[in-house]
Amino acid sequence: MSFRAQTASTANNLTRPLNRRMSIVDSERWLGPFLIGPAILYIVLLIGIPFFMALYYSVSNTTTGGGTLGFVGLRNFSNIIDTPKFQTALKNTFIFALLSQAVILLLSNALALALQKDFRGKGLLRFLILLPWVAPISIGTIAWLWIFDSTYSVLNWTLRMLGLIQGQGFMWLGLPHLAMGSIIAVHVWRQLPLATVILLAGHSSIPKDIHDAAAVDGAGFWRHFFQVTLPLILPISLVALLFGLIFTFTDMVIIYNLTRGGPYDTTQVLASLAFYTGIAGGDLAEGAAIALFLFPLLLAVAYGFLRIAHRTEIT
Amino acid sequence: MATVETRGVKKHYGAVVAVNGVDLLTRDGEFLVLLGPSGCGKTTLLRMIAGFETPTAGELLIGGERVNDLPPRARKIAMVFQSYALYPHMTVFKNIAFPLKAQRMDKASIPKKVEWAASLFGIGHLMERKPRELSGGERQRVALARALVREPAVFLLDEPLSNLDAQLRASARDELQQFQRRIGTTTIYVTHDQVEAMGLGDRIVVMQAGTVRQIGTPQEIYHEPADAFVARFVGSPPMNLLQHQNYILGFRPEHFLPRGTQNGKGKVSTFSFRVTRVEYLGADRLLYGLLNGAFADQKVIARLPSTVTVNIQPETNYDFTVEDKELKFFDASTELRISARPL
Amino acid sequence: MINEQVKIWGGQAARWSILGGLTVFLAFPFFWMLITAFKRTGDLYDLKHNPFVFYEPPTLEHITRLFSETHYGEWLFNTAIVGVLVVLITLLLAVPAGYALARLTGGWGEKLGIGIFLTYLVPPTLLFIPLSRVIVNLHLDDSLWSLVLVYPSFTVPFSAWLMMGFFKAIPKDVEEAAMVDGYSRLGAFFRVVVPISLAGILTVAIFSFTLVMQEFVYAVTFISSVRNMTVGVGVPTFLVHGDVYFWGSLMAGCFIASVPVAVIYNFFVDRFIAGFTMGAIK
Repeated sequence: MSFRAQTASTANNLTRPLNRRMSIVDSERWLGPFLIGPAILYIVLLIGIPFFMALYYSVSNTTTGGGTLGFVGLRNFSNIIDTPKFQTALKNTFIFALLSQAVILLLSNALALALQKDFRGKGLLRFLILLPWVAPISIGTIAWLWIFDSTYSVLNWTLRMLGLIQGQGFMWLGLPHLAMGSIIAVHVWRQLPLATVILLAGHSSIPKDIHDAAAVDGAGFWRHFFQVTLPLILPISLVALLFGLIFTFTDMVIIYNLTRGGPYDTTQVLASLAFYTGIAGGDLAEGAAIALFLFPLLLAVAYGFLRIAHRTEIT
Repeated sequence: MATVETRGVKKHYGAVVAVNGVDLLTRDGEFLVLLGPSGCGKTTLLRMIAGFETPTAGELLIGGERVNDLPPRARKIAMVFQSYALYPHMTVFKNIAFPLKAQRMDKASIPKKVEWAASLFGIGHLMERKPRELSGGERQRVALARALVREPAVFLLDEPLSNLDAQLRASARDELQQFQRRIGTTTIYVTHDQVEAMGLGDRIVVMQAGTVRQIGTPQEIYHEPADAFVARFVGSPPMNLLQHQNYILGFRPEHFLPRGTQNGKGKVSTFSFRVTRVEYLGADRLLYGLLNGAFADQKVIARLPSTVTVNIQPETNYDFTVEDKELKFFDASTELRISARPL
Repeated sequence: MINEQVKIWGGQAARWSILGGLTVFLAFPFFWMLITAFKRTGDLYDLKHNPFVFYEPPTLEHITRLFSETHYGEWLFNTAIVGVLVVLITLLLAVPAGYALARLTGGWGEKLGIGIFLTYLVPPTLLFIPLSRVIVNLHLDDSLWSLVLVYPSFTVPFSAWLMMGFFKAIPKDVEEAAMVDGYSRLGAFFRVVVPISLAGILTVAIFSFTLVMQEFVYAVTFISSVRNMTVGVGVPTFLVHGDVYFWGSLMAGCFIASVPVAVIYNFFVDRFIAGFTMGAIK
């Protein structure tokens, strides 16, 4: 039998008839929604709906005791806006976020630059650098609680040893400005690893040729960094910045565990105030109102980010 | 035993027209090449035949059966991709066996079939390797074996040689053609390389901007181009095309020879040729220059085989001739081929 | 010449001091946890002692107390269970979603991807208030199931985003080859795409697990009884209760809850970043 005839006949005997109709598993149009549907549904149910509930709570008089859900208009908002507690919290939210992000921006760039070259032990160093981010937030914060302890602070001991201070040392968490500084320090400590790693990824995506060209062109260190490297890692740094901002705006864990909002509510932020009012205090409606102030903030951040992203062609 | 037919096939992506009405009918068992520059629609056409794109209009038939609504797996086709698309996490054996498993072939018969396909390409010794451990040529053979093992009605190949280095390409081309002759399955092959097309194709479909410019054997395409685009695209160096009022005159570099050196005895036309540059390529000489006279200052190229030993110096005028039967005429506005006219 | 040398040395010095200084800043607390965990109480609370020196031999009493006198062991167990369950749910939802985002969307895919990303703008510190009510109404208050239910809401979006990045890195023609070979698109997904991206899936699993371990707000809101706490909540709220801080045990608990997972996570960080940036930068 010729080759062709042979293959033709076995082709007919070989296979069972395949399912020939296009079904949902083939259809480009329907398979997508089918695969992504469950995730979307989940998100709508657990984020979308509660979000609208929060909106409604903020204009109601509901409490953790349950029961009432009456509409009270903007009373909750007007109640809180004038209180010093709220205004401090609002102010702090911005200060903590902006200051910590500024410090992180500086340090992460420095660290990413320092990590450019390979050297022995780099792997170990990277592991150590990542620790603050992998550790649970509350756990890391407790460690700092111990470090900042007014009596036993190892920080105070070291400063005393170095002769920089006398006497007992700083009350890191007891004085308003020191407490704020401590909180910012812990934020920076927590987020520096992630920001650095993201920047490192950005650095590694720059083709080596570009650095070589700049060297040939005679660019010194600072010019090279600001005019060649920085613009190229800008898109990805913006992503890191966005995540960092969102986290610092909305975090209550560090404050809850470090200062409980003290001393005397001077380190409260919107998120922690919402928690204390709503859950600890039982006034769900007011808590929701406070928390809702976060949302426009975040929306503005996201909008700003999307505009910049559009211009620098990220997505 | 199958032919592939497209009737009025079109593909639009919004306002962009990728394929603008293609009518094609392959002959059973032929090696058909879709040739054209990038963006001409040849790959889109191939993907529609395979089933990865849906035509905006028109019909696709494989073996006489309308396949527009059939998914790729039901069309009895096999495809070899530009990157070969071998499954990186499977051994060569599993790669080749994969289609058979997909078709629920009974487990006992699979190894025999795989061996058969592998032996056709001489890759039996590579069965336990993974794709990343193979050379480019070996990967091509595995891709072909995987395509063959399904005993499809039609082979579709999407520029499979373009990832090989130049040296390997020629021998791979040779293997490919021999293989197709033996198997005798209808094959549609996409490429932008006209040398490959000429070497491999039984017939060539020249495409540009979503339409078919010409379908023909390599001889027909080369010697009787249907329009100036085909004339320019096929042949290296490209055909000389000279503008003159309402027509375009064309002749190939190898037909443009010094007076007295033409092989044939037919009538010739003479041109005054001022050579500006000579390239010595060993087997040929390429002469670049400008014409004088009726087609003054238009660039032309002449290709002299090594058997023509006339001494040619740059910056000198020579009388060159072209046999009249090798002069091709094209309409100046439509670029379509027209009959001969006096110069 | 000398100027150049000075510049180079200056650069080196700067580099090493930045590296050294920041590494100490970042890693010191863990080192400190370790020392505190093993120091005897008398040694630990004596203000005249150098905190870095062991004046008395190291002890295991803090660690044993941690496991025998507190519910730490149970907290670890709770965290592990919730983690595993949430990871499973996350993979089930996010892997197909990531594939759909990478391959099966056209115009609306971009927007959907951004939309999913934007859900992170609605933080737990806003949602926990209405959700606390919902949980009570579902009679899940003080149950770990409340966490299993709610946690995927923050692991799924990011995991889908990561998976999208990983899937985009796989060339389309391998899937198309599988489709020609006889599978539907879904079949090709299961048989070819998933096996190839196993490393990415594992990365997403580990990452989701760490997100679960980190979570504090929902856990502290929904869970009230000590035995049901996760380790992230139990350690701060229970061990730091009252006026007596058992710092030795506390630090031991912190160390155990952070470093082992970090070791595992370290192996996957590179892949995580690869997927992350693939999603963020085309």
